[in-house]
Amino acid sequence: MTTTENPAATDTRTITLRVNGREITRTVSTRTTLADFLRDDLDLVSVHLGCEHGVCGCCTVLLDGQSVRSCLMLAVQARGHEVETVESLSADQTNLHPIQEAFAEEHALQCGFCTPAMVLRCKEIIADGRTRTDEEVRREISGILCRCTGYQNIVNAVQNASRRCASTGQEA
Amino acid sequence: MTATQDPARTTEEGPDRPAFTYIGKDRRRVEDPRLLVGRGGYIADMKLPGMLHAAILRSPVPHARIASIDVSAALEIPGVVAVFTGEDVKAHMDPCMNFGPATITQYPIAVDKVRYVGEAVAAVVAENRYIAEDGVDAIVVEYEELPVVSDPRAALEPDAPVLHEEHGSNLGYERTFEFGDITAALESADLVVEDELHWGRSAGMPMETTGAIARPGHNGVLEIYCNSLNFSYLQFLLAAALRIPSNKLKMQPVPAGGSFGSKFTAHKVPTLAGFLALRTGRPVCYLEDRLDHLMNSDHHGSDRYYKVRMGFTKDGLITGLDVDVVDDYGAYMQFGVGTHGNALSQAVGPYRFRDLRYRLRAAVTNKCQQGAYRGFGSEVHNWVLERLVEQGAAKLGIAPEEIRKRNFVLPEEFPYKIPGGNVYDSGNYPGVLEKALSMIDLEHWRKEKERLRREENRYIGIGIATTQERSVFSSTEFWFWFDEPPFPITSSPESATITIDPTGAFQLLLHCQAMWGNSPETVATTILAEEFGIEPESVNVSYADTSRALPGTGPGGSRFTVMVAGAVRGAARKLKKKLIDIAAHTLEVAPEDLELVAARVQVRGAPERSLGLPELAASAYFFALNLPPGMQSGLEESYTYDHPYTTLPSPDRSDLGVFYPIMGHACHIAVMEVDPDTGMTKFLDYVAVHDAGTVVNPKSLGGHVTGGAAQGLGSTLYEELAYDADGQFRSSTFLDYLVPTANEVPPFRIGHVETPSPYTEYGIKGGGEGGRMVTPSAVSAAIDDALREYGMHVRELPIKPADIVATVQAARAKG
Repeated sequence: MTTTENPAATDTRTITLRVNGREITRTVSTRTTLADFLRDDLDLVSVHLGCEHGVCGCCTVLLDGQSVRSCLMLAVQARGHEVETVESLSADQTNLHPIQEAFAEEHALQCGFCTPAMVLRCKEIIADGRTRTDEEVRREISGILCRCTGYQNIVNAVQNASRRCASTGQEA
Repeated sequence: MTATQDPARTTEEGPDRPAFTYIGKDRRRVEDPRLLVGRGGYIADMKLPGMLHAAILRSPVPHARIASIDVSAALEIPGVVAVFTGEDVKAHMDPCMNFGPATITQYPIAVDKVRYVGEAVAAVVAENRYIAEDGVDAIVVEYEELPVVSDPRAALEPDAPVLHEEHGSNLGYERTFEFGDITAALESADLVVEDELHWGRSAGMPMETTGAIARPGHNGVLEIYCNSLNFSYLQFLLAAALRIPSNKLKMQPVPAGGSFGSKFTAHKVPTLAGFLALRTGRPVCYLEDRLDHLMNSDHHGSDRYYKVRMGFTKDGLITGLDVDVVDDYGAYMQFGVGTHGNALSQAVGPYRFRDLRYRLRAAVTNKCQQGAYRGFGSEVHNWVLERLVEQGAAKLGIAPEEIRKRNFVLPEEFPYKIPGGNVYDSGNYPGVLEKALSMIDLEHWRKEKERLRREENRYIGIGIATTQERSVFSSTEFWFWFDEPPFPITSSPESATITIDPTGAFQLLLHCQAMWGNSPETVATTILAEEFGIEPESVNVSYADTSRALPGTGPGGSRFTVMVAGAVRGAARKLKKKLIDIAAHTLEVAPEDLELVAARVQVRGAPERSLGLPELAASAYFFALNLPPGMQSGLEESYTYDHPYTTLPSPDRSDLGVFYPIMGHACHIAVMEVDPDTGMTKFLDYVAVHDAGTVVNPKSLGGHVTGGAAQGLGSTLYEELAYDADGQFRSSTFLDYLVPTANEVPPFRIGHVETPSPYTEYGIKGGGEGGRMVTPSAVSAAIDDALREYGMHVRELPIKPADIVATVQAARAKG
């Protein structure tokens, strides 16, 4: 087979899924990753690509409420599912979600590249309303690499966000 | 200025130090809101109409002649626009910028030969990245493999295969500096500690890779958007490589998702994007993927082999230091040996000894080239220095904190000129140590160490280490190595432009690549707020492209906070004068009777007579006849702040001059547990105290310290850009190159001491790198201390569990 006949390059499917609460229907190349689909087709550039081999976790999105690495999924695999990116919390810089506020207050970000992933993971883990030790939080965020902060302020932000969401009764 | 003259001192030190409104307070960063909603504006987020994407074929072999490249199958793929090889770059561009030997040249695509695994062999430009990578897969290359040089010491042997025939050997550079009399210093010592040490390769490894988009624009101007390079400093060198006039290359800074040195002067990505755009006539994006970045980022960090000796008196006073270092620079020497200039800026650490010899040999090998990583080579030297101090203390039976106290330069001795010529501006090293000791109960841990060993068979170690943190580089360290340097640069300025618009709102223009994950906008707006009494968040910050940028150097060498503060304050002074002159004319009072308080110009002692910024701005823009005679309309002032204290090296290099005088300091104390059977380590406590002069924002400085310490930990225990003996690269994914996760990094407890610099605005010192510069020493000392009974002695980084276990097993076998 010569590469000019590579069917992977030309094969497409039409998919329907929910993204940040909206139903979306698009025709995509079957080899397009979920990350590239979200970034390039839907302009959700908060989904950051750090390694594209499933280690750094910067491309984390929530799929039916659970964190997944969107670089390791194909867009077509998300058909029929619900995807959330950080824009689902707040895309308005002047009106942040309490989790985003907690990250700002605790200085839990520097370059911002892992931040959307960390915020989404925070949302997922504090959803149960449980009180956690710092060590538990460390374990639960250890699937996402941050090169700037040394993690302590992210741990603090998760705890801060947990308190905020509990006290306001706001759903995480 | 000669080396003996002291520059003007500022007024920020001592009891008269003014109270600040914003400086020194924990404040939220102004950069954060956009980052928290995922709109960081990174290079990958940028799309230009008609933009193509490039992917790179990289060499799978470390050293080979390229016999042939067949790109025909790639060109047949629908969507592939063009393929370029070394033949094309040789024909259409000049070698990349190079501060190393002129006989070692480099292009962004290998010409004739490949010299390391991962070197670019061909670039495919296509309609999208997927197709470009299909194109890469379709290229067929024939390599004629050559003998490989992997070990830098073997590279210097006379019969070693030579990488660059034109250079003639693999010795990129050699020089020995001696300050004082090292022979006498060691002969007179009661104890001489000798060691051989190896600092292994790691790299900044930001979560975002390096990328650039180039577009052929109007009037024959090539536009390059990129997240790397100190472009307002070095843009003309890119233009030269691309064979275009510098005023026809417009570079626009794009915020970066981290650098830590990896994007400092990283030039090959924007150069390649520029070349591809010029050749195709279309916008081209080249964004490294992680594999590209791991094996061929513009540079890996230091990779040094040391033979060292340090003399001590029986009382623990250091008499001298003798360093013989071979540094593995990889296949090209793009930045020369500036990373060793860095080491020389603080070669004696915080200690008072006067005799020093420093022999450097830079070796060329079949590996990725070397460059900046947080510490820029001074962190390596500090590890070596502290390793020796640690051994001296142990052999003399002196506690590690005590031997340091005995050797510290004392607060009353500043400014202090070290052997070699650099000056330490100010410091309080005993104060930093005392602060660290006050944050941790050392006696408790020392007793606990004995008890746990005795009662629970557990191994606890305590490591104490210090570092100098040189900040604010001047540029002489890049060339004082040469007797006849081709371009002995002495400038490293930073600029700012403040505009108050017709409504009284502030615009702040910075003139460099600045947002790399540090907090340039928070710092600059904090200074601006301090000067005008406005809210930092009300200021809009933007970055100039090179078509209008004033002199700037960008972040690097922990310079940016000091330098941008100087630039903003300088511009603020000019603009405040204009505001006061307008107000004086309007209110008909003398300018000296006016002051600017909380965004109003008011009469001293009669604040009810005042004018707000909107009123003054309206006058400045719209009512020229109300302005003082001869004054120009508008409210905009710029200021270029030069390095506050640089002197020339002496012609014979017996004195290297003052080149890195704004000197911070830190002390870390680590308490660790080590499992002798598995080699696994665990932190029980960790204290980090830093003195970066006047602190602008304790929270963001703490973030730098914590993040830097985490990276230091990575370089010490986990991260290795490994090559095997055949030159094959063994760390090409994040499964092999182990960036610490939240599980590995302990909760560092941070303390600040403030010893203002007498030479900078507000007394600020740099603080971006210190965290990484001391962790390796503290952790190495703690591991040694935990397993002292087995003769544990860390000689090589990263420290691998297998090395710890091997040491323990060997000791146990001996009984």
